[in-house]
Amino acid sequence: MRALPVGDRALLVEVSTDGEAQALHADLLRRRAEGSLSVQEIVPAARTVLLDGLDDPVRLAQQLAASQVPPAPPSSGEIVEIPVRYDGPDLAEVAALWDVPVHEVARIHAAAEFRVAFCGFAPGFGYLTGLPARYGVPRRATPRTTVPAGAVGLAGPYTGVYPRPSPGGWQLIGTTDAVLWDHARVPAALLSPGTQVRFVPAGTVPVGSS
Amino acid sequence: MTDRALAVVRAGALTTVQDLGRPGHAHLGVPRSGALDGPAAALVNRLVGNPPEAAVLETTLNGCAVRPRSAVTVAVGGAPCPVSVDGRPVPWGAPVRVPGGALLSVGTAVSGVRSYVGVSGGVAVEPVLGSRSTDLLSGLGPPPLTDGTVLPLGRPNGPHARVDVAAHPGPPAELVLRVTLGPRDDWFTGTAVRTLTTHTYRVSSASNRIGLRTEGPALERARPGELPSEGMVLGAIQVPPDGRPVVFLADHPTTGGYPVIAVVRATDLPAAAQAAPGTPIRFVAVRRR
Repeated sequence: MRALPVGDRALLVEVSTDGEAQALHADLLRRRAEGSLSVQEIVPAARTVLLDGLDDPVRLAQQLAASQVPPAPPSSGEIVEIPVRYDGPDLAEVAALWDVPVHEVARIHAAAEFRVAFCGFAPGFGYLTGLPARYGVPRRATPRTTVPAGAVGLAGPYTGVYPRPSPGGWQLIGTTDAVLWDHARVPAALLSPGTQVRFVPAGTVPVGSS
Repeated sequence: MTDRALAVVRAGALTTVQDLGRPGHAHLGVPRSGALDGPAAALVNRLVGNPPEAAVLETTLNGCAVRPRSAVTVAVGGAPCPVSVDGRPVPWGAPVRVPGGALLSVGTAVSGVRSYVGVSGGVAVEPVLGSRSTDLLSGLGPPPLTDGTVLPLGRPNGPHARVDVAAHPGPPAELVLRVTLGPRDDWFTGTAVRTLTTHTYRVSSASNRIGLRTEGPALERARPGELPSEGMVLGAIQVPPDGRPVVFLADHPTTGGYPVIAVVRATDLPAAAQAAPGTPIRFVAVRRR
């Protein structure tokens, strides 16, 4: 674990794996909740957790450097289920990359247990890990100019759901009617870092139609 | 509709509603947003008797014109500009009474980029995650003003300040930004780090509320590839593949994959918000406090 100073009031804590980043993030949230850590933003990412708005980053950096990455937190048991129609335009391409029949993509994807590693790109856009490493896929060579809200996509090791229409380069495998972001709702984001997620097939396209 | 409202007659190049922003939601991918020149926004609020968190208008280069439905006190600050009420010149940087139905015109900035218009009671659009700020990256908050927009106003809080003209720092002829190196300065060659802190850059016209883009020598990377996405702070100097540093301002993305060579001190960022395209920039390395 390395703690890199960022400006005068922030630290970027770097670890080796995304599992360690998730464990560190959970531990930092726990410390903030119990009052032993005063910080404005805790922003997890792929291999790092950013702590922004610290009064004494130097002292915290020393503390962190002398400590071990905490063990992964126990599962809270609460799982957000996202209904998906596996009807994405890139389903066949993903099946080819995975070297499986097209109808297997839905089964493999829906069998995985996901966790929101971090958010970014747009409010409510989560980067979900949980697919076995062999199912990683590259981004599309040419991003789409518009991806509809609710599109479920894959990129690298991650699964993501577009909260609103936007350009995007992820491989689209499905569609959900779940509302990922609604600022009038509390909480606004359906998915936040640490949330456990399962995708539930809801009327997949008949085999052979793609 | 209530008569506590402002009708937008001329929206200008880009006029947005801004307050202190919505920090605390970066982990959900929500930028902080908020007035780019915070001290100027705070000053116009103080001049009209508003609390610091009241929402103001932030203009870009060529001002705006608005017509209050009932009498209000306004103050214009930030980038100096001509101000008039129904065509008659009134002071900039001071509280001014505008009768109901009169036209408040905020002119083109004489220097600087962003003027701020404080109105007694504050702009009272519906807050999103505790803030009324327009966020140009994520689209949260009210859309940028267009001609004909009607903005609700809040109830005035108290008497306006008793001043003639408020002192203010003039927009800089040269923008000096103090930086602390890192967290990813080791991704660049030693020459690149020296180049950043010894050569003069210029403010690019592609700058916006997301970032101050620069023109100048490209910074060479010591290693290829991209970082896994990591959290970004206000003032981060991110270096995209073209090698030209970008200073992150209030609407910056919360995570990013290009390496951050250094971070600008927060107290120097209001001046960056007022640096017009072409302004020379010097990045000065300072020790971490």
